[in-house]
Amino acid sequence: MPTNQVYLLFSAVLIALGLAAFFLARVRASHLRAHGTTMVAQPDQYAWFSVLSTAGPALLVAALGAFVLLLLGADIPTLYLLGASLVVAVVGLLVGLSQVRPDFHARQAIEKVIRGVLAAAAMVSIVTTLGILISIVFEAVRFFQMQSFWEFVTGTTWAPGNSFLAAAGRADEGASAAQFGSVPLFAGTFLITLIAMLVAIPIGLMAAIYMAEFAPIRVRTLAKPVLEVLAGIPTVVYGFFAAITVAPIIVDVAGFFGLDASFNNALAPGIVMGIMIIPFISSLSDDVINAVPDSMREGSLALGMTKAETITSVVLPAAIPGIISASLLAVSRALGETMIVVMAAGMRPNLTANPLEDMTTVTVRIVAALTGDQEFESAETLSAFALGLVLFVVTLVLNMVSVIMIRRFREKYRSNDL
Amino acid sequence: MSQSFDEITAQLKRRHRKTARLKWLSMGALALAATFLVVFISDMLVKGLPAFQQAQIQVEVTYSEQSQQMPPAAVNEDVRRLVSRGFLRTLPMRMRDNPDLMGTTRMEWVLADSAVDQYLKGHHTRLKDDQKSIVDDLLAKGQVELKFNTRFFTAGDSKMPELAGIASAAMGTVMTLIVTMLVCFPIGVMTAVYLEEFATDNWLTQVIEININNLAAVPSILFGLLGLAIYINFFGVPRSTPLVGGLTLALMTLPVIIIATRTALRSVPDTIRQAAFGVGCSRWQVVRDHVLPLSFPGILTGSIIGLAQAMGETAPLIIIGMVAFIPDVSASFSDAATVMPAQIFTWAGEPDRAFTEKTAGGILVLLVVLISLNATAVWMRKKFERRW
Repeated sequence: MPTNQVYLLFSAVLIALGLAAFFLARVRASHLRAHGTTMVAQPDQYAWFSVLSTAGPALLVAALGAFVLLLLGADIPTLYLLGASLVVAVVGLLVGLSQVRPDFHARQAIEKVIRGVLAAAAMVSIVTTLGILISIVFEAVRFFQMQSFWEFVTGTTWAPGNSFLAAAGRADEGASAAQFGSVPLFAGTFLITLIAMLVAIPIGLMAAIYMAEFAPIRVRTLAKPVLEVLAGIPTVVYGFFAAITVAPIIVDVAGFFGLDASFNNALAPGIVMGIMIIPFISSLSDDVINAVPDSMREGSLALGMTKAETITSVVLPAAIPGIISASLLAVSRALGETMIVVMAAGMRPNLTANPLEDMTTVTVRIVAALTGDQEFESAETLSAFALGLVLFVVTLVLNMVSVIMIRRFREKYRSNDL
Repeated sequence: MSQSFDEITAQLKRRHRKTARLKWLSMGALALAATFLVVFISDMLVKGLPAFQQAQIQVEVTYSEQSQQMPPAAVNEDVRRLVSRGFLRTLPMRMRDNPDLMGTTRMEWVLADSAVDQYLKGHHTRLKDDQKSIVDDLLAKGQVELKFNTRFFTAGDSKMPELAGIASAAMGTVMTLIVTMLVCFPIGVMTAVYLEEFATDNWLTQVIEININNLAAVPSILFGLLGLAIYINFFGVPRSTPLVGGLTLALMTLPVIIIATRTALRSVPDTIRQAAFGVGCSRWQVVRDHVLPLSFPGILTGSIIGLAQAMGETAPLIIIGMVAFIPDVSASFSDAATVMPAQIFTWAGEPDRAFTEKTAGGILVLLVVLISLNATAVWMRKKFERRW
């Protein structure tokens, strides 16, 4: 029998058993009650309990079996596994029916099961974080077994070129050994992030000041959706815009000033990434500025300060922890941004401070290492996980600092609407 | 020293001028952001709208034994290079399906080569001068025309620009998002319900909360690394499939749905819960019969926003191989597939200039879908928003 049909049959039998559990338990409970017995739960609740006791353990057995099958490679035939699961279901059905007694609190039992299921669902997010951490750390450690950690941190040459020969056991044929010095990658990443921040923070912050302090309601209700559209554009689209439209303009402008710019210059992805981050900064700063209590503004105005003076010397200083927190979050976004740099920045690791030259970033190298036709075991593929580990740690620290700062801000002004 | 009134007035004027300057400056910043949006959208429109039109050419097609063996022989030699090679390739199959065609010669509108298409749209092409003059002639006779490009919406990817369409990518997106939502909607809502309605405030709850906020800020490419290392290498889920793509995106969308659901649950006033508890409901009954139905519009709104976000995501999908070349539309969860943003990425990397237009066309389609999804979410929020 083909596997699909086996699964179909299994589900059909399980559903039939569940239905049987529901109706049998309900009939039994109604019958008992009709004879004048006082019961602590409703017939429907007994029915649902029977369904849970039938299907729950059976599904658990099936899932555990499948997990063991995959994990340990243990040789349990699927047919036996599903059969065992159905046997468990039948046992569960009988247990469920035997529990239809006047003194059994079916509702509380259901409550407990549901609570457990919900808690299990909540654990998924923890498992995900652990999964990311384990998958990255595991492969990164394998990478550092092949390559020196010190060289990874301090080396200034990223030339994974021949690592695939080493993986194929033909290391001596390569012209030169692979080098994994990550400094140029991080330099490129930070330069592009810096450009993005130089675009995003002033514009985003000023836009937030306008929206929070000056704008009439009508402009506000119009501008918010516009910024939201800007935030909702997929990054691959921004990448195309940077590569096809912005980069040639920059090359032309640089040429006009007699400068030589590469078509993969760092300026184009930097500027476009900045545009992408504007709504992020402006909406977070807008919230923060709005959370500064009005009593402070009133106090300042009452002392005869003008509006500009109130904003620059009262409101903004009060909001500064929140603004810094927003900027840190924005930096962490820019560091991890992938598509814009993959499409518009270069592939060549280049240690330079000239934004008109081509340079590459951490995320570009991760994509390049994993989309090439290398063996998974090769040092180049594994290097992606080492880079990913650094990226994960850096963004994690930035987020943590940002969360702590915003919490301080919130406590200071006791505002709950952040 | 005391100042004269004139000096004070002058100083006041200066100070108020500063306010005006700040106002205009900040307004300018907002206007600049809006300008970016306008420039961006119009750039995409200019580049992408031509993709919805395609050159067709009217030629005499000869259905004979010879064209069965050698399809290019079916059309006249001087226009042979102007007709899409993709059309010529399908000729033998068409003749097999329609035996009546054999031995006839008909004037037919057929797909033109992408070079003709680009020439008509005023772009640089590889057409030679004599070919250009033939096209000009045919254009004057009305035998070359730009028509609505239905192929773009019905065909899969192709190496020939005139044949390429977004249908396979659109289908891949639909299949991937089905998996995503099936996984992350129930888990997300359940997590939020647990945290808001059931959990007591202990260290475990706090760990879960910190975790969720962190997941929301983890760079998306790292989810790709997770998908590659855990789903593909560890559990052996087939690479490049909507299944693995959907599972990866599900983990990414999970925090969005959890946070939106929690906000929706929180907006239900406690008096509703207290009333329900008061008549003897258990906690689950309160949640199932009162809190969830009341917060459902909010949950749905949040899920639509999460869906839109997942739809535009590319980076993690590239890592797990969903940039495959997919010429056929396939509605399967376990066949290799590609998604809209990945298709855009692939086309953007094609050296042939005709693909630039396709890329921008695909972007327009994606943007229209995303903006309408977000607009639906905003509309729903407005419509079902309830002040308690």
